[in-house]
Amino acid sequence: MSRFIDQIKVMLGAAPQKPEKVSEKVQQIMFLKYEDKDRYIKEKLHARAHHDVSHKWRNRRWAVLLAVNLLFVFSFWLDIQLLEGALTASRFAGFHLIDLNSALQVMLAHKHIIVNLFIGTFTVFLLWVLLGGRSFCSWVCPYHLLAELTEKLHLKLVEKKLVTDHEFHRGTRTVFWVLFGLMAVLTGYTVFETLSPTGILSRALIYGPGLALGWVFLLLLFEIFWSRRAWCRYICPIGLTYGAVGTLSPLQITYHVEHCFHEGDCRKVCLVPHVLEVTIKGRADEEQIGLGPDCTRCGLCVDTCPTGALRFEVKGLSKLL
Amino acid sequence: MTERTPPNPPGDQTAPRKPASKKPAVSLEKAQKARRKFLQSLGLTVGVVGLSLLGYAPLSGARPTRLRPPGALDEADFLSSCIKCGQCVQVCPVQAIKLADITDGFGIGVPYIAARDQACDFSCDAVQCILACPTGALTYKKPEFMEVRDGVKLAAAPILKAKEKDAEPTLNLKERIGVARLARPEACLAVQGKGFKGQARGTAFKGQLRYMEVDRWKPIPVADHPYDLPLCDLCVRECPLKGAIELRPVKAADGVERMTPVVLEPCVGCGVCEMVCPAEPAAIVIDAQAPWKA
Repeated sequence: MSRFIDQIKVMLGAAPQKPEKVSEKVQQIMFLKYEDKDRYIKEKLHARAHHDVSHKWRNRRWAVLLAVNLLFVFSFWLDIQLLEGALTASRFAGFHLIDLNSALQVMLAHKHIIVNLFIGTFTVFLLWVLLGGRSFCSWVCPYHLLAELTEKLHLKLVEKKLVTDHEFHRGTRTVFWVLFGLMAVLTGYTVFETLSPTGILSRALIYGPGLALGWVFLLLLFEIFWSRRAWCRYICPIGLTYGAVGTLSPLQITYHVEHCFHEGDCRKVCLVPHVLEVTIKGRADEEQIGLGPDCTRCGLCVDTCPTGALRFEVKGLSKLL
Repeated sequence: MTERTPPNPPGDQTAPRKPASKKPAVSLEKAQKARRKFLQSLGLTVGVVGLSLLGYAPLSGARPTRLRPPGALDEADFLSSCIKCGQCVQVCPVQAIKLADITDGFGIGVPYIAARDQACDFSCDAVQCILACPTGALTYKKPEFMEVRDGVKLAAAPILKAKEKDAEPTLNLKERIGVARLARPEACLAVQGKGFKGQARGTAFKGQLRYMEVDRWKPIPVADHPYDLPLCDLCVRECPLKGAIELRPVKAADGVERMTPVVLEPCVGCGVCEMVCPAEPAAIVIDAQAPWKA
């Protein structure tokens, strides 16, 4: 329970804490791992040498992300009418689906909820409780895909020492969440929507481009030259809304300390590396730990890990199988 | 200040570590770094909030009110309740509904109708945009706590000419989205006593209209439907609603008795008259969101 609360705190911006007590089983595992240093190094090199760099989860994720967005596009262009609307609100084969954060903004700004809005919000709530909260970010959000590509550019520039990465405090995202909520209540406008690259991109794809794409372009430039993944990490309230919902989700990436060599490859590729702090030596207190709710379930760490210490798992189900 | 430690911090602390006490002392360098990070984060917050409030700029300026789709709530309520999904855009058979751009501030992604380019001609027969709206920004019936402005409520359900012979000839529309007005009587061909021959808006015009005499259900390009009229009555002829506009005799500027279009109470502000008016710019226009004044 206390870890659950800690993970939520970390999602809101707190730094991950070292565990005060490590279970005996983990102590034993750690002892066995480091008992024979030569064997440890040998095993480590062996795992590395036999690790095929896989893009399994990345490819699956890109396929899903493109499929969802293209389904929106084709539903309108080709008039298939399967998934009508945009990412903020839509109808899939007649079922209302409404983005949780957009719904929240509208409810706060308008202060009135009609039945369809409620139904759509509830459907999406259930969907993401089941699928895993922040998986919306990496599996659906079109901005995520663009930012993922430009992030590579950013990292190349950093490597060549042409730019430096400027980190902000992760708590700013929580502050923004509150501020955008407050602004919606006070002004009566969905203020966040004017900035949301998710909505802007989704509408641009479906209904055609506009000047608003210039804002998305500026954001990407900011991320390339100033701060890695700044929008997703420090600003976007959509991520936090889904993260909060995702705390309930049974689908997670779990960390198995037994297989880990603590080299940190996973943290280098991760969009939200604070959820992977448990992989640092001495940070895991249980043999298996579900990553925190801020995890977007993108699977980059799963692909990267040479030893299979990180896996997609459904809570409770893996024990049954 | 909290801080994420990268796996191998670049330029690791060279400052000597103080002996461990209960609370680890923070090195000067680290404290400075934290302070810088805090200030930068503050800057980011102020910057983004400032940018988001730029949405006020178009509102405070004298931007002309836009024509909203049928059933739209009053402007402020409409802007706050619209979720910017475009489902109304998708169901419109004549693509009359457009989504606003970032220059519209808080109205980004909000639907509007540019009547001169493409008016709402009720080809759908049922104002389906209202049905498609998931948040009630477009609605058949306003919630009770929202007041209905004087002159916005229609006296009776509008009768669609195309459905006149049907069992249910009316549109499920209770409030008007605007009112037509003869803005430039001097440019009106009827007032000048002129007829009209050819395409209403030229051959390049892309707008569509449903012509009952062509196909009751399928709109065709206005450019494909030329006219040959002894006296121009396009606005009256193509108005989709019964009794919303008619030609009445008037004494013209030169003292001759001529005809002029007169807008009547059933006008809902759909914009068809503005779209088909052959004068350039249109002699008759829609005053968006305007109430009916007797």
